[in-house]
This record gives sequence, structure tokens and C-alpha cells, in this order.
Amino acid sequence: MDLIINILSMTVPFSVALLLASIGEMFNQRSGVFNLGCEGVMAMGAFLGMLVPFMVGHGGPVSNGWNWLGLLLAALVGALLGLFFGVIVVTFRAPQGIAGIGLQMFGVGTAGTLFRHFVGGTQSIPGMANTPIPVLSRIPVIGPIFFSHNLMVYLAFLFVPVAWYILFKTSWGLKVRAVGTHPRAADSMGINVNRTRYEALALGGALAGLAGAYLSVCQVKMFSDELIAGRGFIAVALVYFGHWHPVKIMGGALLFSFAQTIQYNVQGLGIDLPYEFFVMLPYVVVVVVLAFTSRNQTTSPSALGKPFNREIRT
Amino acid sequence: MMDSRRFKILYKVSVIVLAVLATLLLSSFILMILGADIFRTFYTIVITPLTRVGHLTEVFVRAVPLCIIALGVAIAYRSGIINIGAEGQMAMGILGFTTVALSAPELPRPLLLPLALLAGVVCGGLWGFIPGILKAKLQVSELLSTVMLNYIAAQFYSFCLRVPLLDPAEALSGAGTPQSARLTTSIEIGRITGRLHYGVFIALVLAVLVYLFMWKTSFGYKMRASGAQSRAARYGGINVPAYVTLAMVISGAFAGLAGGIEIAAVHRRAIEGVTNNYGFSAVVVALFGMLHPFGIVPASFFFALLIYGSTLTPRAVGVPANIVDVMQGLIIIVIVTTQMILQNTYLEDRLYRRFCARHAGKEA
Repeated sequence: MDLIINILSMTVPFSVALLLASIGEMFNQRSGVFNLGCEGVMAMGAFLGMLVPFMVGHGGPVSNGWNWLGLLLAALVGALLGLFFGVIVVTFRAPQGIAGIGLQMFGVGTAGTLFRHFVGGTQSIPGMANTPIPVLSRIPVIGPIFFSHNLMVYLAFLFVPVAWYILFKTSWGLKVRAVGTHPRAADSMGINVNRTRYEALALGGALAGLAGAYLSVCQVKMFSDELIAGRGFIAVALVYFGHWHPVKIMGGALLFSFAQTIQYNVQGLGIDLPYEFFVMLPYVVVVVVLAFTSRNQTTSPSALGKPFNREIRT
Repeated sequence: MMDSRRFKILYKVSVIVLAVLATLLLSSFILMILGADIFRTFYTIVITPLTRVGHLTEVFVRAVPLCIIALGVAIAYRSGIINIGAEGQMAMGILGFTTVALSAPELPRPLLLPLALLAGVVCGGLWGFIPGILKAKLQVSELLSTVMLNYIAAQFYSFCLRVPLLDPAEALSGAGTPQSARLTTSIEIGRITGRLHYGVFIALVLAVLVYLFMWKTSFGYKMRASGAQSRAARYGGINVPAYVTLAMVISGAFAGLAGGIEIAAVHRRAIEGVTNNYGFSAVVVALFGMLHPFGIVPASFFFALLIYGSTLTPRAVGVPANIVDVMQGLIIIVIVTTQMILQNTYLEDRLYRRFCARHAGKEA
């Protein structure tokens, strides 16, 4: 029982990076843009997020405001990278898959380069402390699983209904879905397709940057080249898995982070397998899930991956 | 008054010049943040490796796997499937190669080397078969599946080096460096000078073979047709899913072969870090070489230059070697963007008309 609580109480905070990044990617894809550069944006976010508290405190304790400033800076640069991607795939209409790989290499490379220059070797920061919610965190079982984490965890899960509201109940959300489903019709109704896609990319980039910073500031509390470890790509896969819907994506994020947390509890589980196989597990799950979900994509935004050119008849 | 043909050439040239400038400017921007000497950094990366034979051989050592993998990536890309899983396929190839080399060291050289290389090819090909069949049958995005398979292969690779293939000497001494035992000398590919080995010729021969295969056989034609216009190809009676899968298998086989050669010629035992991001760089090489073998050969030299040059920058100018990843990412982005601009006849037309109008205005 303790073991299960232990695994689940890790699952919730570990899912936040995936959750934020894939909700961001969901906004991108809903607007018709497939952003495979998520991994690179996350790497940049992770680096910048830890850079601020590190520069201020030199690895020592800092007031919590600096942590938040790091998260904010990561979101800001993430949004800028999203707009940069927009220039490539929206304005110049470059093929999105391979351009995303370019953005990923650029982001990971830049984060690694700047990290070596400004921080150097492995340096950990105190990071954001846990803030258990009074009363609620005392409840047995549910308390440790849901209510004894850092503030970002609560905010991220509160953001799920907000994202749902933005996407389905605001006029901007309607615009995003329109340009992702039928850009030509949206265009004829006076919606600026490219502008809407830029806006969605900025939002998606900001969330990806924030997700990266969450890893370095709130979860692992350090930066390294292997920190993101494919989470950006998993986030993209999660969007397929969650059928472009925030609540289902949340379920997916929890499932995948559950697969990830198993590796930290191997001894307790008493399974005698080399640890490499546990590290592999989430990636295997992604491949299997993709195999089962990719074919039936009736809910996918129908203009996904297709650049819009109002000057060409289709 | 300039005629439209000369304008066309001028347009193409200036777009390409702008693309090069954009790459340089954006990488300089990162270097500026580092406060590095921009000119000296570029000089160290591009010129210094050419100045000494010792440097130059190291460039060629890196060009061999890049070229072989990029040839495979180009075959896949031409067939409509993007292989960014060469990193994992190469790792699997190395495992196949090493396993055969270690289990039958007494075999004569003319038998052992081809057999071990074949094992590498088969393992790489099988690892490429997975994303290929997933794409062909279940429409799984190969971009996602290959990346996931890279991580899986990387973990499997370190497991194999740590447990089943671990050098018995390491196990005895207790140091436990994850590496295989040294391979028998009869499997080694000879060296010309420094670490430069005869694998260079294998890469060149493969380039010619890939050209013949893709452009002079009906197999190659069908694969290219599947990639260029899959619907038309299907209408023309080509089994598109089969050719897409086959392309990915071939692509993986090339990566596996590159892994085997790398072990036989350079490291002579399986160690960590052999793949050295070659799988990702090869995608850049393939695109930069215009997905054509005769473009890929010089492109692989150029990127080997960048990769080796960037290992010199930490000492020479204090710039981390990761700068090469920054440049590669930017180059991919710039290449795909430039291609779109060059194909955009509409934009060209508009510029041409504006150009004409301005000229007419001046003359009047």
C-alpha cells in the first residue's frame, strides 16, 4: 500500500512537464501546425528556468520570486521560439516535420552551449519547495498523492479546465479550431489564418518552455543535456493519444508518468530486471500506443500539417 | 531592361546567398551571447582542420559514417519516409557486428568480416523495419516512432555493454567500464594513415551503388515514385506501403553497416558513445546534399569538418562543442525554408513585376 502511494505521489508531479508541453502542442495542432520542435523549446526553457535562480544564488538558496522569474523567462523565450517556428512553417510554409527536427536540434544545441558557458558542470539549485495544501494534504492516501506538491503542480492541473474553456468556449478557441479544420472557410469568414496560427504557436511555445523550466526548477532541480530525454516527443505523441482534448491528454500524461516512475521503485516492486528496461518502458509504451491510436484519427484537425496559402486554389 | 530569365537566375542566387547569410547571422547571434570572437570561431571550425594532415584524417574518419548513414536517410526521404532513427539503428548494428565478432573469432578473415558486417546490416535493417511497417500499415508517424526507438536502442545498447557483452577483464578488475572485449585483429579494417581507414572507399562505392539503384533500376524508380506522389504511384500499380517499408529497412541497414565499419576500423571494440549523434547529423547531410549521392559525398565531408572543428573550439576560443548542434539545426531550418522560397513562383513573379515597375518608373 505504501509502495502504491509512493508511486502515485511521484506520478502526479512527474506528469506536469508532459501535461504542460502536450497541452501547448495541442493548441499548435488544433490550429493546424505540427510542432516537432517541442523538445528543443523545452530544453531552452529548462536551461533558462534554472539559469535565473542559479545566477542569483550561485546554487545556494534564493527567494522564491527568482524561481518564478525563471519560469516566466522560460515561457517568454518559449513563446518567441514558437513565433520563430511560425516564420518558418506559417509564413514560408516549409514542411513542418523536418523543420520541427531543425528547431529541436537548434533548441537542444543552444541550451547545451549556453549551459556550458554560463553554468558549467552539473550544478543543482534548491529549486521550488513543496507547498502542501493545509487540511487537504492531511487526508490519508489522497493527501500525499494530490495535495503535497509544489505550487506549479496545482497550477498545471488547474490549467487543464482553463485550456478546455479556452479551446471550446472562447471565440479565440473557435478561431484556432477553425483554422485547423478548414482554413479556407475560416479565411472567407474574415479570420486571419496566419495570425491565428502564430498566436497558437506562441501559446504552445510558452507552455513548452514552461514545461522545460518545470523540470529544471521544480522537479529535478538541475540542468543537464539529458534532462528532457525525449519528453518533447512524448508530448507530441500524447496529443494523438489524447485525441486533441485537454482532459484526455491529462489522462495520457498521468499514464506515461506512471510508466516513468516505476523505474524509481524497482526495488520495492521486487521485479528482477536490469534497470535499463525500466528506463525504456515509457518509450515502449509510446510506440505501442501510437500503433494502436494512429490509424483511427477521425478527430484529428483535418488541416494538420498543411500550410495555408490563400493565393492558391485547392 | 532585364529579361525574365536573367532575373530568375539572379533571384535564385540571391535567395541562396541570403540563406547562407541568415545561417551565419543566427549562429553569430548565439556566439555573441557567449561573448566569443565570432571570426576566430568560424575560422577554427572550418579552416583549422584543413591546415594539418592529422586534423584532416580525423575529418575523414567522421565523414565515413556520416556519408553511409546519409545515403540511407536519402533513400528513405526520397521514398517518402523521414528516418531520424539512424542513431538507434546504428547502435543495433554495432551490437550485431560485435556479437558475431566475439562469438566466432576463429573464423578466417575473409569469412568473419563480411559475416559480422552482415549481422550489423541485418540488425540495423530490422530496427528500421519497425518504424517502416508501423508507418505503412498503421500510419504511425515515423518521426515519433524513430525517436522513441532511438531511446529504446540506446538503453538496450548500454545494457548489452554492461551485462552480456561486458569485457571479462573489466568484470574481473571490477572497474566495470561498460565496453566489450577487444575484437580479434583478423576482423579489423586497415588504416591508411592516422585513424583514416579503408572504410572511406566503402562509402564512395556505396554512393555510386545508391545512385545506380535509385536512378537506374525499376526498384529505385518505384521507391522514388512512392515518395514523390504516393497516390499516383499507387494508381500506377506500385505497392506503396511495401516500398516505404523497404526504404526504411534499407535506411536502417545502411546505419547498421556504418556502425559495424566504425567498430571494425576505428574503435575495435564496442564502447559507449560510438554513435556520436551521427544519426541526426546524417539527416542534415542528406538534406544539404540535396538527397543525391553525389551531393551527399561532399556534404558529408563538410559536416565532418564542422563536427571535428567544433571539438577544437572549447580550447581555441572557449566555445562549447555543442555549437555544432546549433549550426546543424539552423542549417536544416534554412534549407527547408530556402527550398520553399525557391519553389514559390508566385513570390518570384511578384518580385519580378515590382522590379520591372520600378525600372519602368526610372526610365520614364
